[in-house]
Amino acid sequence: MYNETVMDHFQNPRNVGEITDASGVGEIGNVVCGDILRVYIKVKDEKLDDVKYMTFGCGAAVASGSMMTTLAKGKTIEEAKELTNKDVAQALGGLPPQKLHCSNLAADALHKAIEDWQQKPERRSELSEIINKG
Amino acid sequence: MRKVYLDHAGTTPLHPEVYSLMCELMKNTFGNPSSIHSFGREAKKWVDEARQQVADLIEAEAGEIIFTSGGTEADNLAILGVAAARRKKGNHIITSSIEHPAVLNSCKQLAKSGFDVTFLPVDQYGLVDPEELCKAIRSETILISIMHANNEIGTIEPIEEFSRIAKEHGVLFHTDAVQAAGKIPVNVNTLGVDLLTLSSHKIYGPKGVGALYKRKGVRLQPVVYGGGQESNSRSGTENTVGIVGFGKAAEIAARDLDSEFNRTRELRDKLIQGIKERIPDVKYNGHPERRLPHNVNFSFSYVEGESMLLSLDMKGIAASSGSACSSSSLKPSHVLKAIGLPYELIHGSLRMTLGRINDAADIDYVLEILPEVITRLRSFSPLANKLTV
Ligand code: FES
Repeated sequence: MYNETVMDHFQNPRNVGEITDASGVGEIGNVVCGDILRVYIKVKDEKLDDVKYMTFGCGAAVASGSMMTTLAKGKTIEEAKELTNKDVAQALGGLPPQKLHCSNLAADALHKAIEDWQQKPERRSELSEIINKG
Repeated sequence: MRKVYLDHAGTTPLHPEVYSLMCELMKNTFGNPSSIHSFGREAKKWVDEARQQVADLIEAEAGEIIFTSGGTEADNLAILGVAAARRKKGNHIITSSIEHPAVLNSCKQLAKSGFDVTFLPVDQYGLVDPEELCKAIRSETILISIMHANNEIGTIEPIEEFSRIAKEHGVLFHTDAVQAAGKIPVNVNTLGVDLLTLSSHKIYGPKGVGALYKRKGVRLQPVVYGGGQESNSRSGTENTVGIVGFGKAAEIAARDLDSEFNRTRELRDKLIQGIKERIPDVKYNGHPERRLPHNVNFSFSYVEGESMLLSLDMKGIAASSGSACSSSSLKPSHVLKAIGLPYELIHGSLRMTLGRINDAADIDYVLEILPEVITRLRSFSPLANKLTV
């Protein structure tokens, strides 16, 4: 059912766990089957310095989280915002059609984590500082 | 790597004795049982013998066995066949909410063509309440269909009681005994049923063959029309080799019933005990006593079923789950829903069904691997690790 890349990421998921001093956290619950994926991000100099995830989901969800974090790490915030579920599924070498929605979890949770970070008060003051300086 | 097959409620491997008999037949016996000549008579002799063997498994008479293409067709024939034959008497059918899809969907199909179907609820163990059944019966009720034992949680229903109630009200009673036959004693006379479904591949016979027991005198309208085989109840040239394999499997199942019952029950209890001792936050699903001897069903909090199945499979262990993610429809198990299990625990459900090819060393192996699998999946589950940031 799953290809080798997916199985590898399921068996040895990259970046699982939590970032205790995360800059932002995003959690998405899946309407299709009821699963959850949570993403932690650590932002440094407008870049994703670290990305970690946890999931309560199927094999495709575990692998998607692993691939998403791998792709997102090191990206700028703007680049990370562009990351789509298609990118994740593609990097995994494809997912079975009924499992494509699981890769949505990963990308959506990442975007939510970024939003969370952007909405934080310290971040807002940081932003206004940049704007004021600019 | 060790291979441990724990999905015997899904299907079973062919018994070696069944296999060799089928091979022999495939090579030498090709006649059509309906033909007059020696080739046909030879095939007929074999089919007749199989019919007797299947009848013996459930203490029926050979003439009461209708061979079909499997359990699904037998369920369809029982429900659609009775509905069509008794349409003038009434249009109400009663079944339970934990039936196999073959029964549920046959009933739903009838509901589209003017029938009224009652789906009885079950309690937390999966048992249908006889009082609820009594209350559901009306003057238009023509058929009650309640499974003998459930395929997911192994709960054994009090069929004798249900069939007595049905008889009192002049309603026909059908039971799907696909999971029960060959595992626990099934006797159509003590059960008091009018129709009973059997499947070959659940009892170490080949796939693609099953049977419907139809008590003498019960009228059915066929679902498949043609040359009038199987006493006009199911047309089509007999699947001779399959039927003979089924017959042999039934004979062996009857022969070894007691010993296999005791053996698998012991293994089952060892597995249940071991899981309770080794893994925290588990929920035992199904009935503690009224349970098939080979069924184990647990829910593990915070983990998802498909991930569990994949992880176990990588270690050579084959099991199944009621999780939405592990089904092609992405719908959670209707049985676990009916017993009131919350969504999260349906997700974390794991069914292990034992059989002939399992031994105590298999159970030890599972008890070594399963805790590791659960611990690993929990280590990165957002449900087990509350948000602290
Ligand atoms: S997370 Fe449920 S199907 Fe993938």
